[in-house]
Amino acid sequence: MAFAAFATTTSEAEQVPRRKSPVALLLLLPGILYLVLFFLTPLVSLLLTSFQAPSEFGDIGQYTYAFRWENYVQVVTDYLPHILRSFGFALIATVLALVFSYPLAYFIGVTARRWPLAQSLMLVLVIAPFFISFLLRTLAWKQILSDESFIITSLKAVALMAPDAHFTGTPAAVIFGLTYNFIPFMTLPLYTTLERLDLRYLEAASDLYAHPVEVFRKVTIPLSMPGIVAGTLLTFIPAAGDYVNASRDFLGGPDSQMIGNVIEANFLVLQNYPAAAALSIILMSVILIIVSIYVKRAGTEELL
Amino acid sequence: MKLSLGRWLLPVYAVLALLFLMVPIVYTFIFSFNDSQKSNITWRGFTLDKWLNVCNVQNGAVCEAFGNSLIIGAVATVAATALGTMIAIAIVRYRFRFRSGVSLLLFLPMATPEVVLGAGLAAQFLSVGVPKDMVTIILAHTMFCISFVVVTVKARVASLDPALEEAGRDLYGSPGQVFLRITFPLLLPGILAAALLSFALSFDDFIITNFNSGAVTTFPKYIYISASRGIPAEANVVASAVFILALVIVVSAQVSAAARAKRLAKSG
Repeated sequence: MAFAAFATTTSEAEQVPRRKSPVALLLLLPGILYLVLFFLTPLVSLLLTSFQAPSEFGDIGQYTYAFRWENYVQVVTDYLPHILRSFGFALIATVLALVFSYPLAYFIGVTARRWPLAQSLMLVLVIAPFFISFLLRTLAWKQILSDESFIITSLKAVALMAPDAHFTGTPAAVIFGLTYNFIPFMTLPLYTTLERLDLRYLEAASDLYAHPVEVFRKVTIPLSMPGIVAGTLLTFIPAAGDYVNASRDFLGGPDSQMIGNVIEANFLVLQNYPAAAALSIILMSVILIIVSIYVKRAGTEELL
Repeated sequence: MKLSLGRWLLPVYAVLALLFLMVPIVYTFIFSFNDSQKSNITWRGFTLDKWLNVCNVQNGAVCEAFGNSLIIGAVATVAATALGTMIAIAIVRYRFRFRSGVSLLLFLPMATPEVVLGAGLAAQFLSVGVPKDMVTIILAHTMFCISFVVVTVKARVASLDPALEEAGRDLYGSPGQVFLRITFPLLLPGILAAALLSFALSFDDFIITNFNSGAVTTFPKYIYISASRGIPAEANVVASAVFILALVIVVSAQVSAAARAKRLAKSG
């Protein structure tokens, strides 16, 4: 999958080719033009929309171009809990997915090296969730973990859960859903780096009397850093903007709505386009800031 | 002695982790055989009925949504694969100005949350006055697939030996002949992988689609809309069938690749 390819590009230094030719321009132009038209200009129109004011005589959903920066103050005061929740949920889900995926990726990429077929079949199982609709997977969990389900009634029977407690509709359920849905995005890049891990480094460290824990902390982890960075980004970014898991018809409830839910509601239901646009710009800016600081600190700057 | 527990811990964990990943898939599959009425929540007994009459529920709404998803996926895949492959060749083969700008423009769509991509395009279509329908969905899907195509095909172009094309030119092949008979066949596995990925991304996309679809229903959108009033078992049938098909394609590709590697190892 491309996510594996994405992880690969982090470690291979790119060589700039020598050849210069007008052919390059012909090859680049259509695709680049397409991205300018359908990626870059939409971002600009999002920015313009975020400053729009309601038109004086218009109906609901009619806006005119203005420079109403108060829109931003308004959405932050209205939706601060949603904004904070999104980044909090995404952060927790990313950490959980990393803890879940690392041993799994290590087993597939290092321990199972001797059996290439088993290795590739296990990888197929890791990406298998991609083959079934994201929304149906999430709904399946909603049913499996509903109040009447076998798992929840058993937990209540052995008093591990209070009799009147719920799981679906809570923040924990949303975090669970985000973690489950983005695990493959974490496991694949981790696998790609661990699969190429030179085991002689680990041997050398233990020959020098390093404790296994120390070997792991000082050799294995630093060598798998490109995979960790790619995996955490591929999990954190979509998780922060997701609104399916937190939707009330899926795993969310009234106190677990995220920024994506508010953007969707403002854009598609309330027709408050400026508010939806301002929230989108905030979401994107915060993510770009977090990503650039994180990538710099993790020391892998050649992401693409 | 000390290692015996440690030796088993990791494999056991890996098996349990993989089983955990399978749970909702198995659930969806089992409930495609449920003899359900309106909503498909409680088990009411086994039936093959839903598999045999997929298109008969709600005037074929499930199948219509599925058909839309197939059309959108096919068109967006062809467009994104063509545009992305051209960019990938240019990046690996040629020197040009604004190289880092081009790289950034390709990286950003992958680093932007889908809800922002979706809302941005919707805001643009709104301000230009374009009605939202199948075309706007295809335009949106092509956009987010291009970067993934470039990343996938780039690796393949980079591993291509330029000497092969040089040999073609030395034998008086025209640039068109060299491309069609040497470059393109050698790039084909990478291009096919990119196309499969694009199709998968497009087929399962909900967030961007939801902002740009207007009244058109795709398969994921159908599920989202029906989630509040119960999803018919027919949706599980469609999803399970797609799952099995995808699994067969990927597993047979892996097994044949492993067999080929074994043959090569023996002969070499």
